[in-house]
Amino acid sequence: MDLSPLWISLATSVTATAITFVFGLAAAVWRERYTGPAMALVDGIFLLPLVLPPTVVGFLLLLLFGRHGPLGKLLLQFGATIVFSWPATVIAAAVVAFPLMYLTSRAALEQVEPALLQAARTLGASEWRVFREIALPLAWPGVLAGTILSFARALGEFGATLMIAGNIPGKTETIPIAIYFAVEADETQRALSWCAVDVVISLALLSGLYYWTRTQGLGRARRMAR
Amino acid sequence: MALDVQIEKELPDFQLNVSFCASEAPLSILGASGAGKTMLLQCIAGLQRHGRGRVALNGRILFDSEQGIRLLARQRRIGMVFQNYALFPHHTVAENIAFGLNGLSREERAARLSALIARTHLEGLTERYPQVLSGGEQQRTALARALAIDPEALLLDEPLSALDTHLRSQVEAQLQEAFAAYRRPTLLVTHNIEEAYRLGEQLLVLSRGRVAAFGPKEEVFRRPPTREVAQLTGCKNFSRARMNADGSVEALDWNCRLRAEQTISKPPAFLGIRAHHIHFVESMPEGASSENVLPCWLVRASETPFRITLYLSLRPPLAETSAYDLQAEVFKEKWQRFRDLPHPWHVRLSPDSLFLMPE
Repeated sequence: MDLSPLWISLATSVTATAITFVFGLAAAVWRERYTGPAMALVDGIFLLPLVLPPTVVGFLLLLLFGRHGPLGKLLLQFGATIVFSWPATVIAAAVVAFPLMYLTSRAALEQVEPALLQAARTLGASEWRVFREIALPLAWPGVLAGTILSFARALGEFGATLMIAGNIPGKTETIPIAIYFAVEADETQRALSWCAVDVVISLALLSGLYYWTRTQGLGRARRMAR
Repeated sequence: MALDVQIEKELPDFQLNVSFCASEAPLSILGASGAGKTMLLQCIAGLQRHGRGRVALNGRILFDSEQGIRLLARQRRIGMVFQNYALFPHHTVAENIAFGLNGLSREERAARLSALIARTHLEGLTERYPQVLSGGEQQRTALARALAIDPEALLLDEPLSALDTHLRSQVEAQLQEAFAAYRRPTLLVTHNIEEAYRLGEQLLVLSRGRVAAFGPKEEVFRRPPTREVAQLTGCKNFSRARMNADGSVEALDWNCRLRAEQTISKPPAFLGIRAHHIHFVESMPEGASSENVLPCWLVRASETPFRITLYLSLRPPLAETSAYDLQAEVFKEKWQRFRDLPHPWHVRLSPDSLFLMPE
C-alpha cells in the first residue's frame, strides 16, 4: 500500500499548525489590545473560515491564489504557482484551522488577570517580556488546547484542500482525500485502512494530550503547594 | 524629592481633576469606593492612557500633554503595590522579587535580591509560590518586588484591604517601618479612615475625582474644610448654622445657640462635632456655666466590644420614633456611670471641638 497520504497529511498538518500557531496567537494578542471601531468586523473576518462551508473557503482561496487572482499573479512573477501543489494543502489547512487557534488562545489570554500584566510593566518589562514571561505561561493550557484543536482540524481538512490542491497522488493527496477517492473507486479495503490510520492518529493525539495535561497539572500543583 | 501631579481625565461618571505635590512624607489618599483613587494611581504609574495634565517626579517629566510627553509605565521607575498584590502565580517569591532586577549582572542581582528579602523578612519563604503564603507574606513580597526597581516613588493601592482584621495591625506596623526607611514620595490609597490616618503624614481627600481636602492629616481631621470632608473623615454630627451678631452660632437643626472657638473667613453654613467629642455631664455643679450644655434623651444605643454609640434626641422623644439629633460615642466604663441617671441627660459640645464649614 502506498503510504504517501500519511506522510503528506502529517507534513501538511504540522506545517499548517505551526503557521496557525504564530498567526492565531498574534491575532489574539493584537485583538486583545485593539479597541477600535472595527472590532466586530475584524472578529467576523477572523472567524469566517469557521462558519463558511469548506468549499466556499476553498473556492475563495482558488480565486485569490489562482492564475488571475491578486496573490496568484504576484507569486507568478517569482515563478511560483500555488494552486494544485503541496503548499496549497498547507494554506487550506492553515486557513480553516486559524479560527480555532485564534478563539481558544484569545479566551485564554483574556483570563489572565490584567493587574499581573500591569505589575510586570511597572517593573520595567517590555511588552515582549510581559507576553513571553507572564501572559503566555499563564495562558499556556488554553494556547496548547488551541494548538491541538488546530492540528486536529488541519488533519481532517478535506473540502478546501480538494478545491485548491486537488488530488494529485504523492503530492497533494492527504488521508481524507485518499479515503474519498478510494470510496469513489469502490476500493473499500483501501478506504477502511486509511480510516483506521486516522482513528489511530486522533486517539493517540487525544490521549497524549490527556496524559500531558494531567502530569503537567499535577506537577504544577505539587510545585506550588510546596 | 517631589512628585508633582496634575491630572485631568474623563471617566464614565465624572471627571478626574486632581493636582497636588507629594514630598517624602507618606501621603494617604482617602476616598469612598468609586471616587477615582485607583484611576489616579494608575495615571501616575502610566498604566492608563489619555487624559491631560502633567506628572513630574524629581524634576523628571513623566507625562506632559502639552509637550506630548508620555513615558511608558516601564520607563517611569515608579513602584506599585496592587490591591490584591498581583503576584505572579507561576513564579516563586524569589522569582517574583527578582522580576524587576532583569539586566543586572548575576552577582549584583543575587546581592540585591538577598538585601530585599532581608529587608522584608522573607527569609525561608523564597522558594514558595504566592498561593501558599499568608496575606501578610504576600503583601511583603509585593512590597519587596516593587522596591526591587529602586523606584523613585512608591504607590500602594489599598494595601491592607485584602487582609483579615487580625493581620492588619501587624502589617500596618511593617508598612510604617518600610515607609520610614524609604523616605521618597509614597502614595497610599485607602477607603479606611483609620488606615489613612495611621499610615500617612499628609492626607488628601478625594471625592468624585476632585481634591476635597489636602494637608497635614491632623489639620484635615481637626478642621475639615467642608461638610463633605467632615463626613469622609468620619464626622457624624452636622447642623445647619448661622452666625449671630454676638459671635455665637445658631445651630438651626439642633435649635440652640452655641459658642465655637474656630473662626472662618466665610459665613458658616454648617457646624459639626465628632461623635467621640461629645462630652456627657454627669452632675451639674451649682452655678457652673451652662455654655454649650444641652439636655438630651436617649433614643437607642448600639454596642461594640469596648465602646457604645448613643443616638440622642435634643427634645423629649415621641414614642415610636427613632429620629435623633446627635450621635455620641463613649467608652463603656464611662457609660456604666451615667446609664441609670434620670433623663434628660446633659451633653456638652465643647467650643474647641466644634468646627464650622462654609459649605
